[in-house]
Amino acid sequence: MSFATFRGGVHPFDGKELSKDKPVLKVLPKGELVYPMSQHIGAPARPVVKAGDHVLVGQIIGEAGGFVSANVVSSVSGTVKKIEPRLLPNGNVVESVIVENDKEYQAVEGMGTKRDCTKMTKEEIRQAIKDAGIVGMGGAGFPTHVKLTPKDDKAIDYVIVNGAECEPYLTSDYRMMLEEPQKVIGGLKAMLQLFENAKGVIGIENNKPDAIEKMTALVKDEPRIEVCPMKVKYPQGAERNLIYAVTGRKLTSRKLPADVGCVVSNTDSVIAIYMAVCENTPLMRRIVTVTGDAIRDPRNFNVLTGTSYAELVEEAGGFTCEPAKVISGGPMMGFALTVLDVPVTKTSSALLCLSHDEVTEQEETACIRCGRCGEVCPSHLVPQKMMEACEQYDLEAFEKLYGMECYECGSCTYTCPAKRPLTQAFKQARKAVMDNRRKQQAAAK
Amino acid sequence: MNDLLNVSSSPHVRGKATTRSIMYDVLIALLPATAFSVYRFGLYPLAIVLVSMLAAVLTEYLYEKGTKRRVTIADGSAAVTGLLLALNLPSTIPLWIPVLGSVFAILVVKQLFGGIGQNFMNPALAARCFLLISFTGRMTTFSVDSVTGATPLAVLKSGGQVDIVSMLIGNTGGTIGEISTIAVLVGAVYLLARKVISWLIPVSYIGTFVVCLVLFGGHGLDVNFILGHLCGGGLMLGAWFMATDYVTTPITKNGKIVFGVLIGVLTCVFRLFGGSAGGVSYAIILGNLCVPLIEKVTMPKAFGWEGKQS
Repeated sequence: MSFATFRGGVHPFDGKELSKDKPVLKVLPKGELVYPMSQHIGAPARPVVKAGDHVLVGQIIGEAGGFVSANVVSSVSGTVKKIEPRLLPNGNVVESVIVENDKEYQAVEGMGTKRDCTKMTKEEIRQAIKDAGIVGMGGAGFPTHVKLTPKDDKAIDYVIVNGAECEPYLTSDYRMMLEEPQKVIGGLKAMLQLFENAKGVIGIENNKPDAIEKMTALVKDEPRIEVCPMKVKYPQGAERNLIYAVTGRKLTSRKLPADVGCVVSNTDSVIAIYMAVCENTPLMRRIVTVTGDAIRDPRNFNVLTGTSYAELVEEAGGFTCEPAKVISGGPMMGFALTVLDVPVTKTSSALLCLSHDEVTEQEETACIRCGRCGEVCPSHLVPQKMMEACEQYDLEAFEKLYGMECYECGSCTYTCPAKRPLTQAFKQARKAVMDNRRKQQAAAK
Repeated sequence: MNDLLNVSSSPHVRGKATTRSIMYDVLIALLPATAFSVYRFGLYPLAIVLVSMLAAVLTEYLYEKGTKRRVTIADGSAAVTGLLLALNLPSTIPLWIPVLGSVFAILVVKQLFGGIGQNFMNPALAARCFLLISFTGRMTTFSVDSVTGATPLAVLKSGGQVDIVSMLIGNTGGTIGEISTIAVLVGAVYLLARKVISWLIPVSYIGTFVVCLVLFGGHGLDVNFILGHLCGGGLMLGAWFMATDYVTTPITKNGKIVFGVLIGVLTCVFRLFGGSAGGVSYAIILGNLCVPLIEKVTMPKAFGWEGKQS
């Protein structure tokens, strides 16, 4: 049997064995909760509470600061302690609302009431998703209501649920597909209601056969939904690769998925959509895999956003040894943490604690032009040439080599036998190019 | 613990292959050819191989020490150069020739141009051509069982027939590494299986060469003529081990094919119309010189940009 896939990619050690059989465990926060006003792409949310205010579970404490922005919701009831800049897992320092938990978990009125989404209008569904502050939970954090509001609803013919979970070690999406598959399907149905011409496809890597089986059985009577098993390969779950694997359409950095008739949403986001639309519950929890060889008892947790990572380490039995590296997210695209006391945000998929750091253990040597980087690049770039441009600070050459098509998946760096920091250089170059573009635009005005 | 965490930009994991593991794989792949020549000619070829490798590694070490650079002899690339050079020498050559060749390969071709990854020609082949021009007589005298005779290619050139079976096994005259086609192919299969090399260059090279040979060789589809040319003159050693050198061949997929075609045509031209019977070495190093140009015209378009103006 052949599985849908793309050209390029790598097969890193997947490490999912550690946590794949651990059911999702609900944990409640012990300390204060930190709600950064920017957990998404776009304008930061505006705090609508002040120090001393009493807030309830599900109450909006940060209002979307523009169209491309998202609400931030309190996940506990309690008192706003202060509003101050706090460190995020990705290294940014962001204005955050700090809430003292009263442990009563008093919810706002009406939260949790069941609704039948088939009786809701498109506007009501979009409004519910917008109010809930849902963003792409796969990592990018693009506001979902924006994604679901294309120019023409009828032009969308694919709604794709991203169940690839191609990042090594991560098992949160997998667990949710096994434990609450009806919510995934419910969320997908709500999305399909927005796009009358669309087919729903759930893309799952074939290293999760039980999830594929379960989902396939559940959608067998759904004429508009099907399951697409995909080859196990990183980065299968990257938007462009997923769309290509499912539809054969090609997306570049200059297009949005809607331009090729697609809407893509991560598994956990789809569940969030279901809860927002059908259960009137905003996005205030996140499934986080706490894993790695430095963790005593690797697990999957259902965590309230704003909880400190440090508490999750405790819940997972603490460290077995001094960790060398702690990463928020997966090993390919996650962020290395300097401290554990950072909050779980809407886009936190995992906390990975490794006993040794492969990056610092290996010495960088000269490029031998083996070409492996180009073979694995899912965007069909030639990283070796891009790196030459970076080393000469030649941004023009970098752009000519399609440098802006790189989405920083890390495959080239992973595969490089000379252990060169390719992705790292490309991140800098891409930032510089984007800064220059912004400056030019500003100057033109 | 907090201030002891390592922090770096993603990705945080690395694959297993290293420059060293790749070079060691090449050394392993060349073992059958080396071992066969020892079996065939006794211990003297082994002395040539060891002296050549030692000279190459020592030259690299002394140059890097002398110029206060990081010493890179542990990556195995100098050893590979020394070994490849030795395999391209006749089995009776005096020992000072491999020493001279290795010094030339490492010092002039590799280090003076910036060390590993920067040489514009395959160092071993450049050194071989240097030796070939400087000591033509010594470099082209091949003896089998102490009897000096014509090489199979010279026989073919003068219109004779060759014994393909003994060329496959290695019962003919030739350089240390090229005599047994089977031993070379065993190593090639190992490199392919380990994904150290891709088949693109060797296959396009050999394919083009055969097509040209049929068209312009004057023997049509004469199997003995074609197989004789394929098994002789170090073509297999060149195709699988030297035309696949990373540094001096195109990095792009299409570029690899263009490169293979180019050296296939060149080899055929040199063999059919040139003065000497060989031509693989010259074809490959001339091809090496065209690599920047080939890469320039074969840069792939990014995913989704095919057919579009950038």
